[in-house]
Amino acid sequence: MAEFFRKLFGKDKQEKEKPNAFDAVVTAPLSDQQIDSIISSQNMRYEMQQLVAGSGQSVGKQRDHNEDSLLAFTGTIAGTQSVPFGLYIVADGMGGHQFGEVASNAAVRIMGGYIMRKFHSYLFNLPTQSLQEPLQEVMEAAIREAHRYVQHEAPGSGTTVTATLVLGQQVTVAHVGDSRAYSIYPDGRIEPITRDHSLVKRLEELGHLSKDEVATFPHRNVLIRALGQGEALEADVFTIPFPQPGYIMLCSDGLWGVINEQDMYRAITEAPNLHRACQNLVEAANIAGGPDNISVVIFQLIG
Amino acid sequence: MEKALDTKNITQPLDSGDDSTPRQQLQSGATLVKRYSIQEVIGIGGMGSVYRARDLHFPNVVKLVAVKEMINLAPDPLVRQTIVQNFEREANLLATLNHPSIPRIYDYFSEDNRSYLVLEFVHGKDLEAVITDSNGFLPEDQVISWAIQLCDVLAYLHGHKPDPIIFRDMKPSNVMINHNGDVILVDFGIAKTFQSGVRGTMIGTEGYSPPEQYRGEATQLADIYSMGATLHHTLTRRDPRLEPPFSFAERPIRRINTNISVELEAVVNTALQYNPSDRFPGANEMKDALMNVARKTGALTKITSALPVKSGGIKPLWSFKCEDEIRGTPVLYQGSLFTGCYDNNLYALNAADGQFQWKFAADGGIVSRPAVYDGNVYFGSEDHYLHVVSARSGKVVWTYFTEGKVRSSPRIAEGHIFFGSDDQTLHAVNLNTTRAAWKFTAEAPIHSTPFVANELVYFGTEAGMFYSIDFRGEMKWRFQSKRAVTSSPLVVGQAVYFASVDSTLYSLDAKNGWPIWRFRLGKGSVSSPAFADNFVFVGAADGFIYCVDARTAKEVWRFRTDNQVSSSPTIYKDSLYCGSVDGSLYCLEYLSGRLRWKFETKGQITGSPLVFDDIVYIGSTDHHVYALFA
Repeated sequence: MAEFFRKLFGKDKQEKEKPNAFDAVVTAPLSDQQIDSIISSQNMRYEMQQLVAGSGQSVGKQRDHNEDSLLAFTGTIAGTQSVPFGLYIVADGMGGHQFGEVASNAAVRIMGGYIMRKFHSYLFNLPTQSLQEPLQEVMEAAIREAHRYVQHEAPGSGTTVTATLVLGQQVTVAHVGDSRAYSIYPDGRIEPITRDHSLVKRLEELGHLSKDEVATFPHRNVLIRALGQGEALEADVFTIPFPQPGYIMLCSDGLWGVINEQDMYRAITEAPNLHRACQNLVEAANIAGGPDNISVVIFQLIG
Repeated sequence: MEKALDTKNITQPLDSGDDSTPRQQLQSGATLVKRYSIQEVIGIGGMGSVYRARDLHFPNVVKLVAVKEMINLAPDPLVRQTIVQNFEREANLLATLNHPSIPRIYDYFSEDNRSYLVLEFVHGKDLEAVITDSNGFLPEDQVISWAIQLCDVLAYLHGHKPDPIIFRDMKPSNVMINHNGDVILVDFGIAKTFQSGVRGTMIGTEGYSPPEQYRGEATQLADIYSMGATLHHTLTRRDPRLEPPFSFAERPIRRINTNISVELEAVVNTALQYNPSDRFPGANEMKDALMNVARKTGALTKITSALPVKSGGIKPLWSFKCEDEIRGTPVLYQGSLFTGCYDNNLYALNAADGQFQWKFAADGGIVSRPAVYDGNVYFGSEDHYLHVVSARSGKVVWTYFTEGKVRSSPRIAEGHIFFGSDDQTLHAVNLNTTRAAWKFTAEAPIHSTPFVANELVYFGTEAGMFYSIDFRGEMKWRFQSKRAVTSSPLVVGQAVYFASVDSTLYSLDAKNGWPIWRFRLGKGSVSSPAFADNFVFVGAADGFIYCVDARTAKEVWRFRTDNQVSSSPTIYKDSLYCGSVDGSLYCLEYLSGRLRWKFETKGQITGSPLVFDDIVYIGSTDHHVYALFA
């Protein structure tokens, strides 16, 4: 068959010569300028800024039910200038009997509902005036409402909450507990955005535990702050610029507790899209034993 | 069972509704076990409410009691049973105690899914409310006397036979101060302090608990620690629940409350030691230490050791006297200092020695900061003109007329000069043609200095509107604050910062105007923010200079001057420079707010300092311009 084609197109000779010709070619190293221009030509351009997200979740390998909850909402606020809008929340519940999932589920829904109600008229109506309540206060009020609900409806339980509200290029974060948010940059840097409210983290900050002791500390799961716990809850609320280019990832300790940062980075950058990246991370955590529930959300601002 | 609960949680709408009060609270007038007539709710705890009630068994006198309620919401029978057991344990424990600082117990009973404890009603309020309601710090003597009583009652509990009783929940809200000013320890809710979850996750009471409580250890030394935490909160008014755990050492008492003696601070620090073995070994030892403090300090040795501060010692490098008040801010260009004055003149001085170079007379006061560009000085005046004069000679180059006084300082960018006027208009004047490129009409005079960034012009108006205008003069977005925005905005990264006379420092998204956060100032502000290291600095009419974290809107420090701060802070190296209407120029360490030095002038300072090459230049209403070593 191959013989037939060779005869048909008569390229026998040329093929033999080609390898020699390529052997002789020496490529000059590209200048920085050339590299930059190649990279920038490969960067796809988007006329409107796009917020894209993927998420993944698994009960893990060692538990029979899921106490994590997550919410991922990606949208755009219409207008002469469309503004990316996104709300992403990860919560990891804990507490007696069934209350862990009640707490995380309630925290996610009540916070999500509260925030979406605030933005309802901007997303789905023609507002008469600009939002007067600062984003950070909206987040604080949302977390207080969820806190009261959990205290009242699931006494004794608690939950971590890491919530991010994306509006334009700003990310407002509300955080309690030891779920985490990371900034992930294409050059391999992974920077935690949140600080764990855990005993082990606190002791490390105080210098009572070394890096090695942190890894083997017996009470790694002890939180010093949780939604639903204590009378006055103070969440960490702050605003950061969206990492561009880059990603933000939210996850519960079922992920960050078993996968190191290099593996996280690899799982994300080797995936063709964010949905696949999240699946890769969940699979990696399960391969590592899957000791706890796993939740992950990744989002990216492009254009 | 598991599945059933699951379904219920998913199908039930998870909406807390609007009322934040527990639904099942007893109404006043309700009667419990035909004996206790509920009058009102006096507290809400984690498990239910506390009521004031009248005991109807004493019909001829009004005998008031406190009724503590625990509602058993737990759906699981095992958990429900544990809660009742804990409750009864508390009741039985309390019944065996007899101490003036512990409320007497009269009765306990359960009805349906609620349990009640009937206690002595304490007339008074809890220490947390005392702290919150007081205007300033509580007197040291008062706190020591309460602390001694608390040590007494802790010693009584720890000495209980057969087993010592560890209170485990010492905090201001559990300490009642009765009508005689004596201390009563309430809420022996021992089970509450330590809860463990299914997966072994534990959650401790934040703030007042010692580190070892997280490991499940609770000895009398835990109560000593919580006692220290309670005293720390009382003396500093800083709620430890709002701070990182075990961070008391980062908030030394005397740095916050200088009235407190070194001795008392040392006692509290000993109680708060991280390692239990470094604390007082018992409540009696702590009481002895407190007694010693009371004896030593008495009224005799009041320690007042504010750090010695250089004040009179500072000599200006030079000073120059004008004919009237200087309310504006100077600018420096090629070795010359330009400053406007209320005597209608713009002065050019040699920045090195303060020698007069020239002056230019306008027909109105000059209260703004001039701008310099390409050899010319630009400044507005109350004579309605924008004047442009040669920096070298002071000769007129061109002028531009507006319909109102010009008090906004000009900003030069992209070949244009932007400034506001009392004619309610923002003017954009082309520097080549000297004609208006466009005008944007607002609804009120503009005193704020425009800021130009991201091809947008930002400014506020005296009606409190804040605008973002593009380079064609079209409004991009606007934001309404409640009072005038005289303060000049500052754009850093993606946020624009400005203060308002409505007592707020705002951070808005510079692109679209969404408010990111607001920070409450004690009074209104016309001061313009400065920025360094992710901190925003601003003065206010309450006399404070504030440092606010730009990410979280949390106050980092505040520094009190003796009058309102209209001046805008300037950051240079690791210092902040700012004037005050009290007449002084302050130099603070900007990371901590610590005073480095201050320089007193004989008039109010409303303008802002300029720092260049380690020299600070400042004008004062005492008619002088001063140059000082930074």
